[in-house]
Amino acid sequence: MRLVAEGLSARRGEDLIFQDISFEIAAGEALVVKGPNGSGKSTLLRVLAGLLPAEAGTAKLLAAAQPVERLSEAAHYLGHRNAMKRELTVEENLAFWKAFLGDFANGAAVSVDEAAESVGLGSIAHLPFGYLSAGQQRRMAMAKLLVAWRPVWILDEPTAALDVDAEKMFTGLVTTHLARGGIAIAATHQPLGLEGVKELRMEGFVYAHPEAWA
Amino acid sequence: MIALLLRDLKLSVRSGGGALIGVLFFMTVVAVIPFGVGPDLNLLSRIGPAILWIGALLASLLGLDRLFQAEREDGSLDLLLMQETPLVLTVFVKCVAHWIATGLPLVIASPLLGLFMNMDEVAIGATTLTLLAGTPAITFIGAAGAGIAVALPRGGLLVSILVLPLAIPVLIFGVSAVYAAIQEPAPFLPPFLILVALNLFFAVIGPVAAAAALRLSSD
Amino acid sequence: MSEPSLAIRKFSDLANPTRFLALVSTVWPWLAGLTLCLFAIGLYLSFTGLGDYQQGETVRIMYVHVPAAWLSMMCYTVMALSALGTLVWRHPLADVSAKAAAPIGACFTLVALITGSLWGKPMWGTWWVWDARLTSVFVLFLMYLGLIALNRAMDDPTRAAKVSAVLILVGFVNIPIIKFSVEWWNTLHQPASVIRMDGPTIDPAFLWPLLVMAIAFTMLFFTLHILAMRNEILRRRIAVLRRHAARSAGDAA
Repeated sequence: MRLVAEGLSARRGEDLIFQDISFEIAAGEALVVKGPNGSGKSTLLRVLAGLLPAEAGTAKLLAAAQPVERLSEAAHYLGHRNAMKRELTVEENLAFWKAFLGDFANGAAVSVDEAAESVGLGSIAHLPFGYLSAGQQRRMAMAKLLVAWRPVWILDEPTAALDVDAEKMFTGLVTTHLARGGIAIAATHQPLGLEGVKELRMEGFVYAHPEAWA
Repeated sequence: MIALLLRDLKLSVRSGGGALIGVLFFMTVVAVIPFGVGPDLNLLSRIGPAILWIGALLASLLGLDRLFQAEREDGSLDLLLMQETPLVLTVFVKCVAHWIATGLPLVIASPLLGLFMNMDEVAIGATTLTLLAGTPAITFIGAAGAGIAVALPRGGLLVSILVLPLAIPVLIFGVSAVYAAIQEPAPFLPPFLILVALNLFFAVIGPVAAAAALRLSSD
Repeated sequence: MSEPSLAIRKFSDLANPTRFLALVSTVWPWLAGLTLCLFAIGLYLSFTGLGDYQQGETVRIMYVHVPAAWLSMMCYTVMALSALGTLVWRHPLADVSAKAAAPIGACFTLVALITGSLWGKPMWGTWWVWDARLTSVFVLFLMYLGLIALNRAMDDPTRAAKVSAVLILVGFVNIPIIKFSVEWWNTLHQPASVIRMDGPTIDPAFLWPLLVMAIAFTMLFFTLHILAMRNEILRRRIAVLRRHAARSAGDAA
């Protein structure tokens, strides 16, 4: 399994956010996207997740266990927002995503309890999500990555609201995922503590030419 | 899909009773009408079906703008968009859940309000039946508006303005069917069947349009 | 989206904003001139023609009313075609076209409504009748206003265009249904009390001015439309320039 991106560019409004980005990641590898604020890290990840159309270029998952039309079908996306409902308990949230997302072809996911256990919060999974602290909420959002198996993880600032322990825990999760033959792409300021990762530096805006409407 | 249906139902029960507010709004609208037109029971029984329909129409538009906005705010919409499941189907299931949570209670409450309006049994039965057949159509076409509202900084009111003209046919045939049932010569079935047809038609174009709007406006 | 075919790409090349602006600047004086001439002829015919033996002088309102009503529908069709252009070919000019057409369509619809109402007062004895036509045109007017409001409510013009395109198409599919249901509703509520405008067969004496006026109105629409599109393109250029200026100031600081 390989993730191949070729000549990706994306536009927001009139501005070209980035241009001609290419990379290739094999199974078991991670890519860390670095760059200053506003350099287009989030946009790149959203393009990979199929949430924004690419202006040019393609991103494909080759030789996957099941043929995918779009990369996003084989991917988890962890954005700035946790995608969990405050009114539901953590268990209900996770059980919903487990049922809704389903497993990708070549793997099986852990149960809801185990997932909550692996992020170190097994004891409070019965609480409504809204009662948790910001850090706990973030951890539970990570547990979401475990309840349904997806070979590709797309992570946008995954550890922004977390303390050192939680960061370590998360590094563990990603390492395990890679060991199972997964792929991870993360945009981050902090060092994730992963070993042997590829790095992609984003330079920043390619401003719209004043003649863009010419 | 069942999981999504159940989750949305659970959410609507827990999040401060969205269904309850809809019914409450419905009752309030119907209750203020006699203050406007006077307590003449004959008049009320004559315009009763129309009042119930208008009240139900407004009440079902009430929570619609939150249908996808809430999903967008907590990031769930991103995940719904990414899946292999066709987005149209996801939207359809969300509409069904929304209708069960907010439309169905209106239908159930309507016989009671019919009594307030001094309507006879046939009129009450016909109104309830047409509401049962018609309110899903309002939800489906409203979903298109809700999909558009996601892109708006402040959705709310604009959704109602955009959706109401599109919902006029539903109102017309719903009310026509009720009056056809009460007044002897006019047949009940033709308008009722057209209402059902509208329902099916909107069940297709509503989710398709909403899915298109959601895809186009994601950023 | 797959690669656009060669023909479409060629079409896009032709329709790029700069060439469009060049085209507009050569075409619009001619169009405007033609419109003026047609209006002169049309109005002359309308005012010198005979009055109807039943309706008297009020029949002259028809020469404005009917073309305006026809344009209110044609304008929506233009918008629906532009919406297809936005969604299928993702052409920026289609965005501009749909956005520019909405206020013009709303104006023609308003003219149709007002003239209809002016005509209705002496004919029906009231300013407004819930006649099937009037009602469906009124609903159309509401839809135009909704679309304009939607466009105004969003900051990013590209997103606004895409989302409005969806709504325009939904509306386009719905208009026949609305028309049909309003007619049903109307016959139910007030059978046979409505005087139809298009009474018996129309006399050539009325047909000629009407036709000329219809063409004049259509030309007026196209003139206004391309000028509105030009304004919109210029407005977007200014927006880009302003953002550019703000950024270069930021870089310098």
